[in-house]
Amino acid sequence: MRIFVDGRTVLVEEGTTLAAAMLNEGIDANRRSVRGQPRGPLCGMGICHECRVTVDGVPHRRGCMVVVREGLEVATSLHESR
Amino acid sequence: MRSGGCDAIVIGAGIVGLACAEALSRDGMRVLVLDAGDVAGGATAAGMGHLVAMDGAPAQLALTSYSLRLWRDLMPGLPPRVELDSCGTLWIAEDPGQLVLLREKERLYAAASVRTEMLDAHELRRAEPELREGLAGALFVPDDAVIYAPTAALFLLHEAERKGAAVTQWCRVDEVLPNGVRCGGERLSAGIVVNAAGSSAPALTPSLPIVPRKGHLAITDRYPGFCRHQVVEIGYLADAHAMTQESVALNVQPRITGQVLIGSSRELVGWDGAINRSVLRRMLARAVSFMPSLARLSTIRSWTGFRPATRDGLPLIGPWERVPGLWIAAGHEGLGITTALATGRLLADAITGRSSELSLLPFAPSREM
Repeated sequence: MRIFVDGRTVLVEEGTTLAAAMLNEGIDANRRSVRGQPRGPLCGMGICHECRVTVDGVPHRRGCMVVVREGLEVATSLHESR
Repeated sequence: MRSGGCDAIVIGAGIVGLACAEALSRDGMRVLVLDAGDVAGGATAAGMGHLVAMDGAPAQLALTSYSLRLWRDLMPGLPPRVELDSCGTLWIAEDPGQLVLLREKERLYAAASVRTEMLDAHELRRAEPELREGLAGALFVPDDAVIYAPTAALFLLHEAERKGAAVTQWCRVDEVLPNGVRCGGERLSAGIVVNAAGSSAPALTPSLPIVPRKGHLAITDRYPGFCRHQVVEIGYLADAHAMTQESVALNVQPRITGQVLIGSSRELVGWDGAINRSVLRRMLARAVSFMPSLARLSTIRSWTGFRPATRDGLPLIGPWERVPGLWIAAGHEGLGITTALATGRLLADAITGRSSELSLLPFAPSREM
C-alpha cells in the first residue's frame, strides 16, 4: 500500500507500524527537539514518545503505535522553523 | 556555610529574595541568602512567568510598570535558557460591557506611560486566530513578555554571586532574631535581615498578613503557533483581587517550545496542594470557551502552587519596626516575577537611605488593610 510522508510516496507492507515503515524507507528522523536536534524512534513500544509525527492532521501521534493503512498522510516536524 | 560576617541575610531564595540579594550586593553589601529548600523551588517555579503591567490599584500599576522597565533593561543580557518571549498581552472583552472596562484600562495605562493598542473584533481574530468568534475586542499591551521564572531566578542568583553574595540551600531559618537569624542551631548575625519567604513569611514573622492562595496550571505538548500572545480575560483583574473561596479566570500563555500554558485558578484552602479535579476542569473549560481548539490539544502535566496573598493585593516591602534590622519583601500574589526587580531596587533604596522611584508607603508591611 501507499502512504505519504511529507508529501513523499512510500510503499509499505500491510501490518507495518508507521515508525518501522519510515525507518525502512531510510527516514531516520521524524521531529526536532526543543534545541533543534533531529530525533527518531527509541523504544519502539509507545513509551519514549520520540517517534511522534502528525498523522492525518492529528499532531503528536506515536509512529510506533500506528499501523499503516492505504493513503495515510504523515507530516514530520523536521522542517518547522520554531 | 560561610564563617565570615555578612551585612545582610535574605531569607528565601525565590525570585524576590534573589532580586533583593542582587540589589543589596550591587550596593556593596555582603549578602547571604538562605532557603529551606532549593533555589527558586517555591512559587517562583510554580507560576506562569508572565511579565505584566497590572492595574489592580494605582500602586500596583506603578510598581509593575516600574519593574517592567527594569526587566527591559536586563533583556538584552538574558541567556537563552531564560526563554524570553516578548509576545505581549491581549486583555479580552467578551461583550460591549467589557469593552468599557478595556477603555478605562487603556486610559490608566496611558497615564502610566504603558503602551497599548485597542483591537476590534476583526483585528483580534487576526492577532489570535484560535480565539472563538463573537468576542468584542481586546487591549494589546505589546511590552509585556514571558520568561521561564526558574532560570530567570538563577540568572539573578549568578548576578548576585558575581557581586559577592552567597546562597545556602536546604538550610531552614528557625527564628528571626534582632539583627540576625537562628539557623541549624547557630546564630548568624547581620545588620539587615530580609524576610522574603513568600507564603512562608508568616512562619518567621507571625503577624504578617499573608495567606497562601492556591493556583492550578496545565501545560500542553508542543503546538507551535497555536497561541501567539499571553491571552487574559478582562475579568482576571477582579478575580485576582477578590478573596473568594474558589474561582477561575482565563489566562493562557505560549512558551517558546510551542507548548501552551493554561491557567488560572484561585482558592483559599490552606496548604492543601493536591490537584482538585473539579477546579482543574472548570479552569480548562473556561480556557476552551475562549479557544475551542484547546480541547483537541494534549496536556502533559498539571500542577499547583501557592501565591502569597494579601488582602489589598499589594506586596509588603519595607521595614518591620518591631524587630531591629528586619525588613519584609513578601506577599506578591500573582505578580512576584513581574515585580521582583522593583522590589529589590526599592528595598535597597530604603535600606541605604536613597530616594527611590516610588514611595514605599503603599507597601508598608504594618499598614492597615
